[in-house]
Parts: sequence; C-alpha cells; structure tokens
Amino acid sequence: MTQKNRIAGGQIDRNTTCKFTFDGRTYAGHAGDTLASALLANGVRLMGRSFKYHRPRGPMTASSDEPNALVHLRSGARTEPNTRATTTELFDGLTATSQNRLGSLSFDLLAVNDRLSTFLTAGFYYKTFMWPAAFWEKVYEPIIRRAAGLGTLSFEDDPDVYDKGFLHCDLLIIGAGPAGLMAALTAARSGAEVILADEDFRMGGRLNSETYTIDDAAGADWAAATVSELANMPNVRLLSRTTVIGAFDHGIYGAVERVSDHIATPDAGKPRQILWRIYTQKTILAAGAIERPIAFNNNDRPGIMTASALRSYANRFGVAVNKRTAIFTNDDDGHRTATDLHAKGVKVIVIDPRADAPRARDYEVLAGAQVVDTMGRLGLTFAKVCLADGTERIIECGALGTSGGWNPNVHLTCHQRGRPVWNDALAAFVPDDLPAGMTVAGAAKGDMSTAGALAGGAQAAHSALELKGRLPAIPQAEDAPVNITPFWYVEGASRAWVDQQNDVTVKDVKLSHQEGFRSVEHLKRYTTLGMGTDQGKTANMGGLAIMAELAGKTIPEVGTTMFRPPYTPVAIGAFGGRHRGQDFHPKRLTPSHKWAEEQGAVFVEVGNWMRAQWFPRKDETTWRESVDREVLATRKSVGVCDVTTLGKVDVQGADAADFLNLIYCNGFAKLPVGKARYGLMLREDGIAMDDGTAARMAEDHFVVTTTTANALSVYRHMEFVRQCLVPDLDVQLISTTESWAQYAVAGPNARRVLEKIVDQDISNAAFSFMACANITVCGGLRARLFRISFSGELAFEIAVPTAYGDALIRRIMTAGAEFDITPYGTEALGVMRIEKGHATGNELNGTTTAANLGMGRMVSDKKDSIGSVLSRREGLNRADDLRAVGIKPIDPTQPVPAGAHLMISDGPVDAAHDQGYVTSACYSPNLGHHIALAFLKNGEGRIGETMRLVSPLTDIDVQVEICSAHFIDPKGERLRA
Amino acid sequence: MIIDHPLLGPRDSAEFTYMGDARLIERPSPDSPDAAAAFYDYAYLRDNPAGWHRELWFHEAGDRSWLVVTRNTVTHEISKVEFASDVARAKGRSK
Repeated sequence: MTQKNRIAGGQIDRNTTCKFTFDGRTYAGHAGDTLASALLANGVRLMGRSFKYHRPRGPMTASSDEPNALVHLRSGARTEPNTRATTTELFDGLTATSQNRLGSLSFDLLAVNDRLSTFLTAGFYYKTFMWPAAFWEKVYEPIIRRAAGLGTLSFEDDPDVYDKGFLHCDLLIIGAGPAGLMAALTAARSGAEVILADEDFRMGGRLNSETYTIDDAAGADWAAATVSELANMPNVRLLSRTTVIGAFDHGIYGAVERVSDHIATPDAGKPRQILWRIYTQKTILAAGAIERPIAFNNNDRPGIMTASALRSYANRFGVAVNKRTAIFTNDDDGHRTATDLHAKGVKVIVIDPRADAPRARDYEVLAGAQVVDTMGRLGLTFAKVCLADGTERIIECGALGTSGGWNPNVHLTCHQRGRPVWNDALAAFVPDDLPAGMTVAGAAKGDMSTAGALAGGAQAAHSALELKGRLPAIPQAEDAPVNITPFWYVEGASRAWVDQQNDVTVKDVKLSHQEGFRSVEHLKRYTTLGMGTDQGKTANMGGLAIMAELAGKTIPEVGTTMFRPPYTPVAIGAFGGRHRGQDFHPKRLTPSHKWAEEQGAVFVEVGNWMRAQWFPRKDETTWRESVDREVLATRKSVGVCDVTTLGKVDVQGADAADFLNLIYCNGFAKLPVGKARYGLMLREDGIAMDDGTAARMAEDHFVVTTTTANALSVYRHMEFVRQCLVPDLDVQLISTTESWAQYAVAGPNARRVLEKIVDQDISNAAFSFMACANITVCGGLRARLFRISFSGELAFEIAVPTAYGDALIRRIMTAGAEFDITPYGTEALGVMRIEKGHATGNELNGTTTAANLGMGRMVSDKKDSIGSVLSRREGLNRADDLRAVGIKPIDPTQPVPAGAHLMISDGPVDAAHDQGYVTSACYSPNLGHHIALAFLKNGEGRIGETMRLVSPLTDIDVQVEICSAHFIDPKGERLRA
Repeated sequence: MIIDHPLLGPRDSAEFTYMGDARLIERPSPDSPDAAAAFYDYAYLRDNPAGWHRELWFHEAGDRSWLVVTRNTVTHEISKVEFASDVARAKGRSK
C-alpha cells in the first residue's frame, strides 16, 4: 500500500485517504485522485488489454479522450464496463477490475493474437470469414464475439435512477479552463443568466495541470478563486462533472451531469446521473485542446502517454509516473513537460526531431532524433532512439511522453454539419462554420496561450451578450507562441499504433489505402480507426496525415470524418431517465378497473389501456371456459362490458353535419336529432381508416366514436380537416375519451336492466334501434344513452361522467342481478363481433377499401368526402377484388386460424394462387365450432364453395366452407327487438 | 428544434407531431374534370426538398393547432410559422 510514485504538490487532499481495489488488490490514493492517477502513484502502469491483439496497455491521457485505460468499475448490478480510469474520480471503497482478457491482466491468453498480427490486419474479417457461408453463424461469429469487444455487461438491472432536467440560460459556457472561467466572470458580472459546465470534477481545465501563474497566483489558485466568486453569484449555475454531449438545433444542448458517480452509491433520493436539456440564447465553446501522440514502433506500451498527461499527473495529482522519463516532441509544448518534471526531481531526456529544437541547461535534448522502438513486456523499460547522425542509442526510461501538437477541440462546432478548417501555424484543424449562437474561445479556437485564452474568453462573452462598455481587466499570464513542425509518425514504422483503442497501426492505414479505400470515411469503416468509446480523439489526425501523405494530398484536402453527438459515451440509462419498466409508458385504467379487479378479472393492455380480458370463475380452468360462458350468458340474458376506451370526439357547431359529411364516406347531413349512425372514414387514397358511430345529440352537436387504437390519430386527422381544409366551417372538436365512462349493456334483458337505472322511457317505441339521447340516471345524474350494438344483441351503451363510472357499473350489476347479468371482457366482445360479422382493426388493416369490407355502396357519390374520389379508382374496383366473407370448417372440430390463406380445393398451394386470407377467428360457443372472417377474391360470388385453408408455417391445412360473415341473426332482428 | 408558435411563443418541437409537405392543404376540387388525376397527385406526390420547405406540424401536446412551418431541411432553420387555417384561407379554402 505504498504510493511509491507520489511526489509533492498537486490538488489532491492528502489528509483524505481512499482505499480501493484493482483486480482484487488493495491500494490507497487520495481524494482528488482519479483511478488512473492513484494506480500510477502506486506504480501500476498496466491497466488493460487492447481490443484486437490483447496488448498490455496503460493510460495514454489524463482526460476523457482516453483510448486505453478502460476498466470495469464497481461490482454486481452496478458494474459499469469501459469506464475510463483517467476520469473516474477516486472514492473510498472503489472497486475496479481490468477487462478484455482471458486469464490475468499480466498473463492474457488471447495475447496470442499479437503473435498472429501478420494475419489480423485491416479487413481481416471481411477477407477471412467469407466462406463457407454456413460457417458464419455457427462457427465464426461465436468465436469472434467471444474474442472481440472490451467490457461486458452485468446482465442485471441497474439499481440506480437517472433523471432528466431542463435548464434555460442567456449564456452557456462549455469548459471551465482559463477561457471559460474568464467568459463566465465577464458574463456573470453583467447580470446575465449563465451556466458554466465542465466535464471534470475540478474546474480550471489545464490551469490545474500547469505551473503557470496568473497575475501573482498559481494558475490553479486563480481558477479556484474565480470558481468561488462565480459560485456566490445568484445568476450563475456551475455544473461540474457535467459533459455537454451535443449541440442541437436552435440553441438546445444536451449535457450529462454525473451526480453520484464519484461516490459508492447514490445518496437516498438522488439520481445517479441527470441528462440536462439546456436551452440557451448564446453559447461559448471553451473546450480546450487535445494533445495528439506520435506513432513509432511499439508506441503503445504502458508508461507511454502524451506529454501533457505526464504533466497533469505530476502537477495536478502529485504523481511522477517514473523517475526516468523521456519526452518525444515535435513542438515547444513538449519541452514544458520536461521542465516541469525536471523541477520535480525526475530525470528527463528530450527527443525532438527538429534540428532547431530548443536547448535546455538542466537536461539532455536530442535534437534531430527520433524514437524508433521501445522495449518492456508489460511496461516500458527502454526506448531506442535514432540520433541525428543515424546512430542508435538505448535510453532507460519507465515513462515516455509524446507530443505531436494540439488539436483544438472542435467537436461540438461540427454537430450541425460544420466543417473545421486547417491552420498551418498550429498544424491542426480549427473551428469554422459554427452552430447559430455559438462562439469559440481559447485553445478550442486555436488560441493556445493562457493569455490568449483569458482575453478570448472575456471578449467572447462581451460580444455574445452584446455588452456595452469596456472589457474587464485581463490578468497577466504566459503568452508563448506555438512552435511546431508537423511530425506524425516515424519513417519506416509499421507496428506503430495510430489508434490504440482499435489496434489500428500505420501499416493498417497503408494497407487500407493500397486496397482502394481512399475516402476518409471509408478508411474509418475499413480499419475501425476512430471508432469505439473515444471516437479517435487522439487517433484521427494521425490517420488523416498518413492518408494524405499516401494520396499525395494535403491534410485539409483529405478532410475530417463527421463529428457526431455524443461527445463522450452516455449510459443508456441516462437517455431513458425515469421512463423505465412500468414508467416507460403510462397505464391507463378504465373507470371500472377497481371493480373489475375485485371480480378477479384478467387484464390485457390495449393501446395503454388495461382492459378486462375475461372474468374467470373459481371452477373455470381455461380462458376459453370463461369466454364461452360470458358469450352464452350475454346472448341468453344480459352482459355488461366497459367500452370507455373507445375514442370519443365531441363535434359542435352550426356546420357540424357538413363536417361529418366530409370526414365520413357515408352521409350524415340528414341524420335526425336523436339518432346515431355507423360511419366509415377513408384515407384520401381511398383505403379505410377507421370506423365508429356518430350520434346526433342536437342539431349542432354530434358525439363521434373511434376505435380504441386510433383515438389519437383520428382526432388529429379530424383537426387537420377542420383547420387545413375547411377553416371557416362553424365547427369545434374536443376529445372527450377520458371524460365519459361508457358501458355496453347487451342481451335480450338489456332493456329490463337499464329501465331500473334510466329515469326516462326507453321502450322500443320511445327509444328505437340507433336512438341516442341525453338522459338522466339514478334520479338525476346527467348521462347519455345510445342504442347501438356491437354484439348483435339488443344493446345499449350508457355513458356517465367518468367520476361516476365506478358507481354506475356497481349499480348496473345490482340492477342486473335478477337477470344473472354477466360482465364480459374483450375476448367475449371479440367473439360476439365475429359471430355478428363486424369489422375491427383486423379488417380495417390499412390495405382494405370500403368495397373489400362489403360496404362499397356506403361511399356516397352525392357528396364530397375524404377518400371518395380515389376510392373509385379502377385498381380498387376490380371484379375479383377481395370481399369480406365468413369461414367455417367442414370438420367442426378443426380450427380456422387467423393469418391462414385460402386456396382452391384442388389447385396448387402457393402464393401465385392465393385466393385470400383469414383476418379474425374464434370459437363460437353458439355454433359449437370455430368460425372466422376472411377476405376472399370475388367473395360474394363464392358463398358455399369448399376451399383449403392453409398455413404452411404452422402446418395448417383445413377444408372450409365459405359462408356469410353474419353467423348470428343475419336479419338483425335481435338488435331491433 | 424550437418552433415559434404564433400564439404561444417558442415551444419545443417534442410537443408537435409532423406531417410533411404543407401542400396537403391544397386539396383538389372533386368536381373538376381531371379530379382523378389531381387527387392522385395530391395523395401520392410530395416535394421532399433539401432546403426550404413548408411543412405541417400539429401542436398535439399543446393547443392542437395545425401550423405551417417554413423550415430549411438541411440546416433546420425556421423562417416562418403560420396557422394552417390562415394559410388555408389565403389559398381560397374559405366557404
């Protein structure tokens, strides 16, 4: 438990020790550490295995662009794969394990892939697993799946909750480095509503990792003082541990706040993470820059990282990765690492390929030299350097910092298809086209010095908010120019990693070019360069540069790949928020739900509604027993069913009848007050859309019903017609589906039951078939009564305000007791409508016309209605069109299942000879055999024909007879009784 | 996206349902001699431009108004938001 690499300084809290385990071993670190810095402090460089070759890997960065140091964090259901050790905040009790290994981390059996690397080059899978084709699913894929990938899921439910939140501000500032802090200070002092978001747990950006001073204070202290000033301003919201993941349209930004990731388990009532949607007028992107590595042979050994990462570990975390450190840099910035490390007692040597590399008094600088190879099986031990004179020198070192220059972090500037432009002085892309309302400041813009960042931040806030007056005073800070000679990879290097996460080498990029993948997007997909959890943040530029060289183009001519949200990986849980399990979509309960539960009903979900499916009795063992009983009892005496879920639309206004005439294909203008009528709506293309009834309650008032499933879309359609097609009709619509509880009371004794409840005369003379009226029940409660029938029996639908729905079902049951009233569910409802030949969604399935449904004559040619013109098209009116028919089996014991197809008895059974198909089927307890509704070519003319009903997929082959779809009471005498 | 509703001000597009080309307002007359062809065009042929487009959006989670939104389908810039009923009247769809 020694922290042998811990050195003085940094922003860790040495008074707070955190014990943690990695691969079962216990270590100690401090508050303020990341998992990576704490492991490095303990001398652990090896943290993972690479994706393809299973090479030993350690951290390459100290930030969120980390490709290598990915671990399983936590254990059990909270296990989180592919977590970057470089950003994981250390806490007491943290548990991490390495991933993507077979065996132990230091002895990974799959490291054999590294020996096979000659074969495992770019496109290996495409080339190798081509044939035999049958091998793919059974042999190749399981092996590849076993070997590939990084972390694995726990396969347990995440016990934590995730939240979503909405924030509004005048100015969103992304990144709390010198530019972001200065911008926030400038904006906040003007009184603007400011949100400052930073992915780190400590604001300050690179100031925390550098030894610069700002005015007379250390940069990190200036940052801390500025953050505390901002924290005390009521118009500022500081969001640390918050990554802005995407720049969306019209000033909307997505951000993930890791509320509880830095503690073992979330505090009671607190979410693990919050996905914020931030609405802002203006945005300043101050996301800094990312240092890129240089490719040379075996540049991926643990201990090799970016020079700036070494500086972060030393200056911020008080960790010297190794007491002997080499720096390989093509720019002056790399020399800063050498200076800083030397000051902390590390033995440093600098290798700089530039002949004019700056000299140093305190340590050796090898100008014109290059690192050509490295050694060390599980971690760097030696670097082989080719000196300016061509001789080689072996340097002993346990850490090697590389600096190939800095890439401005343009990611979010490109989320709306903006493309960055090349800047020669920086040898990097800088932002160009920006999303509306966004400005860029600091290193993200290409202002690489601290002074430039501070001034740029202040200026950006000043102009974004259109502030009057002078800029605030800019504190004094270093203002070194960028001095760089582009240098991407060492000549002759082949096993030199360009993308360490995806194991893409210089050789792979060259091979891909040789095989014809010339577009940068093709390169990415062929080699996987730039994919994975880091999306190539440290890798892409190297790949582009090599490609440009091979193609004889410049880097800007090659161009970049597309940057897309999210900026860093986001847990699916954060996108889901609280919409999980039962909360994924709401459950809608009918007014009779509580009563139905008391009856022991079995429920089924229909368009979010929980509807009673059947009401089992104690002695019943199968659902069919219950359903048969409900059907027989209803047809014999009386049954009751909750039909509240049907969509209801109130249509009012002087022109209400004209409006219905337009939306229904059949006529409504002459429907008298007090009568309801079946209505069929068509789509404009002539296909049936929905059906229901419209009841004329008054001259200027209709109540329209829709099917349960289409309640929303039909209402939307009706509003479309009203507002877009007939804007000046005097008609108003409102959905009242939830306002009325409605019950169907059906059966020969239906009237006798309702007479005990309804205050008015409902005799056949006073209230005939299809009558409707506003009535009262139980001595005065306002209600509506409709004499409509879905079952084919004498039936009423009675509606009361929803609050009275529970009371009404109980009253109906009491009133019906003497008639053995039977509650029935959706199954019995379905059986009775099939027996009666009524269509539902199975028949109105988006392909059928009124003519197919046997309602062709309903389409009025005396008026205009939606769909009427195109319903008369030749193609929808052929002589052999499908027509709705009934089906019954010749052998009454056989089922006639829905989905089966009708074939000519002695003809071939194939798609070319298909005659039609079954849409709805059930067992009819009244007839004692199965029945079905079907669409059959020229169906009307084929009543009585014997056909074959086949379903080759389910081994169905049944002889059936075509019959009328009206199995019960075809003359409709019952419902008029 | 944010849609600047003529009555309710800026609203998140999540409150709306999209229906595409606003030409759906221009329903042909069923009485014209070429009604069949006109309705065929109306029902099946829509513009789908990369650029400025007039589209129908329904404020389903709001005031239930249909809007005509003039939007650039490439940049998502919105230059105009009108009530569909006003557009319909301007197209001569008044009684």
